[in-house]
Amino acid sequence: MNRLKFSALCSGLLVAAAISFATPAVAQSPAPATYAITHAKLVTLAGSPIEDGTLVIKDGKIAAIGATVEVPAGAQVIDAKGLQVSPGLFDAVTQMGLSEIGAVSSTVDSAETGSFNPDVVAATAVFPSSEHIPVTRAAGITEVLSVPGSGGFDSFGNRGTVAGQASAFHMAGWTMEDMQIKRSAAMVVNWPTIVTESFDFATFSRKHKPFAEAKSEYEKQVTQLTDLLDSARHYAQAMGHGGPSDYERDVKLEALVPVVRGQLPVLVFADHARDIRNAVEYCEKQKLRMILAGGSEAYKVKDLLRSKDVPVILRPVLTEPRDEDDAYDRMLTQPAELIAAGVKIAFASFDNSFARRLGQNAANAVAYGLSPEDGLKAVTLYPAQMFGLSDQVGTLQVGKVANVIVTNGDPLDVTTEVKYVFIRGQLTSLDNRHKRLYEKYLNRPKS
Amino acid sequence: MNRSSVRIAFALAAFVATAWLATAATPPDAQPVILIQNATVLTVTQGTIEHGSVLIKDGKISEVGPNVKAPSGAQVIDGTGMFVTPGIIDCHSHIAVDGSVNEGSISVSSIANIAEVLDSDDVSIYRDLAGGVTTANVLHGSANSIGGQTVVIKLRWGQPAAKLPFEGALPGIKFALGENPKRSNFSVPGREKRYPASRMGVEETIRAAFTEAHDYKNAWDAYNKKVAAGEKNLIPPRRDLRLDPLVEVLEGKRYVHSHCYREDEILMLLRVAKEFGFKVRTFQHILEGYKVADELAAAGVGASTFSDWWAYKVEAYDAIPYNAALMTRRGVVVSINSDDAEEATHLNQEAAKTIKYGGLSRDEALKLVTINPAIQLGIDKRVGSIEVGKDADLVIYNHDPLSAYAVVQKTLIDGRVYFDRQQDIAGRPALEKEKKTLLEKEKKAAKKPDEKKDEKKPGDKKPEEKKKPEDMPKMPQAEGFGGAK
Repeated sequence: MNRLKFSALCSGLLVAAAISFATPAVAQSPAPATYAITHAKLVTLAGSPIEDGTLVIKDGKIAAIGATVEVPAGAQVIDAKGLQVSPGLFDAVTQMGLSEIGAVSSTVDSAETGSFNPDVVAATAVFPSSEHIPVTRAAGITEVLSVPGSGGFDSFGNRGTVAGQASAFHMAGWTMEDMQIKRSAAMVVNWPTIVTESFDFATFSRKHKPFAEAKSEYEKQVTQLTDLLDSARHYAQAMGHGGPSDYERDVKLEALVPVVRGQLPVLVFADHARDIRNAVEYCEKQKLRMILAGGSEAYKVKDLLRSKDVPVILRPVLTEPRDEDDAYDRMLTQPAELIAAGVKIAFASFDNSFARRLGQNAANAVAYGLSPEDGLKAVTLYPAQMFGLSDQVGTLQVGKVANVIVTNGDPLDVTTEVKYVFIRGQLTSLDNRHKRLYEKYLNRPKS
Repeated sequence: MNRSSVRIAFALAAFVATAWLATAATPPDAQPVILIQNATVLTVTQGTIEHGSVLIKDGKISEVGPNVKAPSGAQVIDGTGMFVTPGIIDCHSHIAVDGSVNEGSISVSSIANIAEVLDSDDVSIYRDLAGGVTTANVLHGSANSIGGQTVVIKLRWGQPAAKLPFEGALPGIKFALGENPKRSNFSVPGREKRYPASRMGVEETIRAAFTEAHDYKNAWDAYNKKVAAGEKNLIPPRRDLRLDPLVEVLEGKRYVHSHCYREDEILMLLRVAKEFGFKVRTFQHILEGYKVADELAAAGVGASTFSDWWAYKVEAYDAIPYNAALMTRRGVVVSINSDDAEEATHLNQEAAKTIKYGGLSRDEALKLVTINPAIQLGIDKRVGSIEVGKDADLVIYNHDPLSAYAVVQKTLIDGRVYFDRQQDIAGRPALEKEKKTLLEKEKKAAKKPDEKKDEKKPGDKKPEEKKKPEDMPKMPQAEGFGGAK
């Protein structure tokens, strides 16, 4: 065993040891089933805010909401005078639970090798005891989508054209079975790009490729994708004509059947205008339901996105503009520009450790012209709508899952404190690794 | 980026610069008298003045208060509804560096000097200026136990490189401890592993270098003594450009800014510094500083950290966003830095997070990016607060700067407006037009039939591959091998 591997192993063990001390996500004592949050400002995102209202949570759902709602007998009452109640935030592209420490590959499960892995599912590898989950939850994020093959440090190596299935889950629970909202919420496609310059890890140097060669490689990848989708269609046909004994099972094609049937959206990662345009046209031709992820240059193709009804999950607005001659605020003004053009947007962290900056990103877009209401909806309702989950989460409405946050102000701003988090109707612990270390060293005796 | 787009970028950068100079209210040499009126003035050291004014003369703050009259001929900026703060000071930056920030081949690269490779055309200068940054501590990377020499600059966009350095600010040298110098997160194929490969070796690398520097200094001291005594025909000691900066450290003429993460390595460097009789000026990143805050306070060393970064490598796994507040409470002078051109554009927001993470007051939070980094860099007599006599380095925001909703309207350095949001927006159509013209010219020039047009290529750079925070691991271009930018 070489030294490097050994040190990586040691760090892995350290991580495992640290994690075993983590407290469970949900309080162990039997929790009351009914809560009433009273005298709160209720930002429902389904109508005007209620300045002084009551929200009742019962059996995991929102049972009542309004200015004149009565507190049910036996309910645990939280007096929220001066506080604001909002839907929990939804981070729509993350590596939550798939990556613990970016630099330690043994703690990273965010991507597979190979170009076509439609059968792999994020939920399989989401580590429910990840320290990232309680840290992120304390910032008011109550549900996320974990996405294979996207972002992070490992993106140099493994990406894949069809990277696998993204999973939506609640940010509390003992097992993935508890947490899961939708095991398969989208099929992830990293749209092939024409790459003329790349970093070669084998020689540790930059490599340049002639444009024609790069283009033909791109075309090859697209053709492979088309072949795969064609096969999946044939497979779907076969499935429709008889039982499993009548055809040879192929798990990759099987995973693509809901995609070619238009039941499962494709989450297509593309940033440059030309790639976005190509992807949109391709998905239309292939009759795929597309959600764009990344979208650094979505503003350049906003009319196309609107006309084809393609929603966009934007990478953080707190990112440098792509080109040197872009306006300095290019990333910051884009959300308002897209909304004005009629394109539906959501914000996402595209990360795990920076997930708690989700609100900050939305707020910065508001500072540059997005309406405050759209800012909040772009991290709650809009992502829920994109993945067909708005009947469950995204607004404060009777019958919806009670993923609710209580804050001492605007939930998007950087100084706002999250006071309570409810996930699936349970008052959920805000304790986490960071708070524990804070309290430990706050109380270190003066030396 | 291919050559033609590089040319376009250069042309555009030059155009931006000339456009700025053309539209600026005054020629570069004349310093206007400016009165910012009726704004909320956050002085940082002397409280907040509602409906306050700041008068600027000769590049300095000449009056501050609720009732300042405009001298005749003064340019008046209406600050109604606006907030004025001192310019943001970024104690850990890698902007304005031409090429890689790391001379990564050797473990003691004190011979390399960032001041010699300043790039005044780096667009990051302008973008950070647009985020209210006026002063930056431009550091060598963290590839080596003892890295290169560093320089403090003012973000005087449009001025030549020679005009960027902060006059009179002591130069520094970068040290680095932990995973980066021991290279635990990457290796270079075909290249043998370098000493040090452990934290033990990092200490010994520094100790060995200072042992040499100590002897070298003694040799020179003895020589100079003899010369002073009138001895003739002496042969001076051989000059060593690698050791000269370390001698300056021993003489207190050069600041040590040391990258670090873990509590143990922090105490290690304090011990080594004591052994050789030099001071560590700041620890950078210092994400576990909260664990040894008393020791830091006792040593009188500054701590410059991140707001909420964590978990990107093992030594960042105990990083907590309460770090700045915990160290502040124990008496350490703390700043929050960027390490990244983009992060620098919202340092006011990053500082504001300490109000939530650890309960700092508004003034304490703002100090983290103004007076505290000024103290750390030894320039607090000149900048870092709004006080009479200090440099007129100021930011005007349209909203409370301790929130995510504040947009910088103007940034002033030495009493001159270097960034103006309205002017920037007004200048965009002209830039677009210029770009179009240049692109068309390029198209015409490159009409060779067998050569496919290499216009700006989408796939050329994916956002993930862009220049990342210097300290992010597995980023070869930032670690000195790919040639950043």
